[in-house]
Amino acid sequence: MSETLNAFALNDAAGKPHRFPTGRPALVCFVKEDCPTCNLVMPVLDGFHRAWGDKADILVLGQTKEGNAVLSERHELAVPILDESGCKVSFDNEIDTVPTVIWAGGDGTAGTKVIGFAREEWEALEKEIAGVLSADDAGIAWGDLPEWRPGCGSKSVDPMVADRLRAEADNSPIRARKIEIAEADDEFEFMFDQGFSDGLPLVPPTPERVLRMLDGTKRGAQEVIAVMPPNMGEVTVEKVAINAVMAGCKPEYMPVIIAAVEAVCTDEFNIHGVNATTMGAAPVMIINGPIRHKLDMNMKLGALGNGSRANATIGRALRLVVRNVGGAKPGGTDRSTLGNPMKFTMCFAEWEERNPWEPLHVERGFKKDENVVTIFAMTSGPTLIVDQESRKPDQMAGTLGLGLESVFHPKYHGWPIDTLLVVCPEHVDTLMVDGDYSKKRLRERIQEVTKRPLRDMVGNDISGAGLKPEAAANMTAEQLDSLVPKFLSEVYIHIVVAGSDAGKFSGAFHGWATGEMGSISVSRKIGD
Amino acid sequence: MTTILDPTNEAVPVTRQVTPRSGAISGVVGLMDIRKPRGDVYLDALEGMLKEKLPGIEVKRFAKPTFTKPCPDDLRHDIKRECDFVIEALAD
Repeated sequence: MSETLNAFALNDAAGKPHRFPTGRPALVCFVKEDCPTCNLVMPVLDGFHRAWGDKADILVLGQTKEGNAVLSERHELAVPILDESGCKVSFDNEIDTVPTVIWAGGDGTAGTKVIGFAREEWEALEKEIAGVLSADDAGIAWGDLPEWRPGCGSKSVDPMVADRLRAEADNSPIRARKIEIAEADDEFEFMFDQGFSDGLPLVPPTPERVLRMLDGTKRGAQEVIAVMPPNMGEVTVEKVAINAVMAGCKPEYMPVIIAAVEAVCTDEFNIHGVNATTMGAAPVMIINGPIRHKLDMNMKLGALGNGSRANATIGRALRLVVRNVGGAKPGGTDRSTLGNPMKFTMCFAEWEERNPWEPLHVERGFKKDENVVTIFAMTSGPTLIVDQESRKPDQMAGTLGLGLESVFHPKYHGWPIDTLLVVCPEHVDTLMVDGDYSKKRLRERIQEVTKRPLRDMVGNDISGAGLKPEAAANMTAEQLDSLVPKFLSEVYIHIVVAGSDAGKFSGAFHGWATGEMGSISVSRKIGD
Repeated sequence: MTTILDPTNEAVPVTRQVTPRSGAISGVVGLMDIRKPRGDVYLDALEGMLKEKLPGIEVKRFAKPTFTKPCPDDLRHDIKRECDFVIEALAD
């Protein structure tokens, strides 16, 4: 062994500093009070100190402050115990067991290392030290000691401590500004005061929690995954992790959130416009692929509602990134007239196994076993479409079409507006009662049953919305009698399956402006 | 003491000096339509009023490609280069 131990300076109980290395040879010993084997070797270490303290540094590093005092008193030690309660030296030197003793040269070069207690090894160590120091043996009564005793786990590998030490280490991936919250401050209130919250309490993003969150992805912590308006903030993986902690996510959700951030920061999705519009649009996330099961996502009973941690916190994490890194806040660049609860979170999985059609991601060009997030900008939903009476497929499809009449306004027809139709399983069964009823057929039926003569769309005393009367005055009767379906094209009708097996209630999300001047839905493959 | 990590992009806003106000309008006034509906109607009225009250000024019209996205850098630079004043019009 020729590696060098890291230098350190620690105080003993009296506050006296002890340094390593000092030019003298040293025995560096890691101990912990609640370890029986450490207690066994304490008199031995004390004997070494009494015998050779004038020629070598016997540095006993105790891992708990209170325990160090107990050890000193219990064993009536002359050797001082250094306060290593921060466990930084143990962590830096990768100590995983106590007692561990390392015989080191005056320049800090590590020599013999003994872990736990094997009497033979300790006796050999005594002889080696005495030889190096040209001194007598320390006079230890080895015969009174057992042959072998195992060591205990070092406090530095205790998961709670290890995460903190990893976060503080020189090679820590953490680069974000650290904010210290005073003892007297309530950290939850503090985070509200700083404007980090969407209005609900946040999990404090401590370095330990953020490190654990970063373990959920193979992407580097400082990798910039997107630039987010309006502040044009660089979204690093670390910033995603911080916001994911605050949202209440598990580390395994990270790849989904990263893909979602990438999706909304595209020119097509246009997150700036989605935030800024007075219409109050919000991202609606749909997850497809095997990851739905791995993350225990809800796609069945109550899929679009509360109760699922994955659904709730993945959607919330995206919103918090938009708020905190992008800088879009209500009253700032988020100018929504009413707002809507989807601005807290809106994420669900498609129930592909209950879906007789191609699932959404396959329809959009991905393989069935690929994990994909698809994001739409939606202004309202889910608006319920109730039908407990229809028994024929065309009736059922007709209901779904009529249920979409209110998108934007019943008098707005032939517009390029997205809708996301969430068909519930019982409605799926009615559509399929006579055999396959394709998505194409369903879309055609929606357009068919929503066709209205243009003259119905002219602004009138009931509602001024729609076609301007002066424009209608210049049209021929034939033009005004022409039939216009709800949507400009069937491509604006998006269909997924979710919900419980019981209940004839489908839902629809209503879109925002689409195309170049609005938001185009985006799908992204979920990576590692 | 609890330590948390900053969830924001940690950007320190650049402090900008407000251009000194001369108290008079002269030179070129830019009118920028962000492309909300009827923004042109509003700016037409504004242009008419400006020309009537300040016959010495020149008015230049600009428009964003769409109100839903941030103003392109090139357009901002054009306005800065060509105008002494700018009025940005929101409408609906």
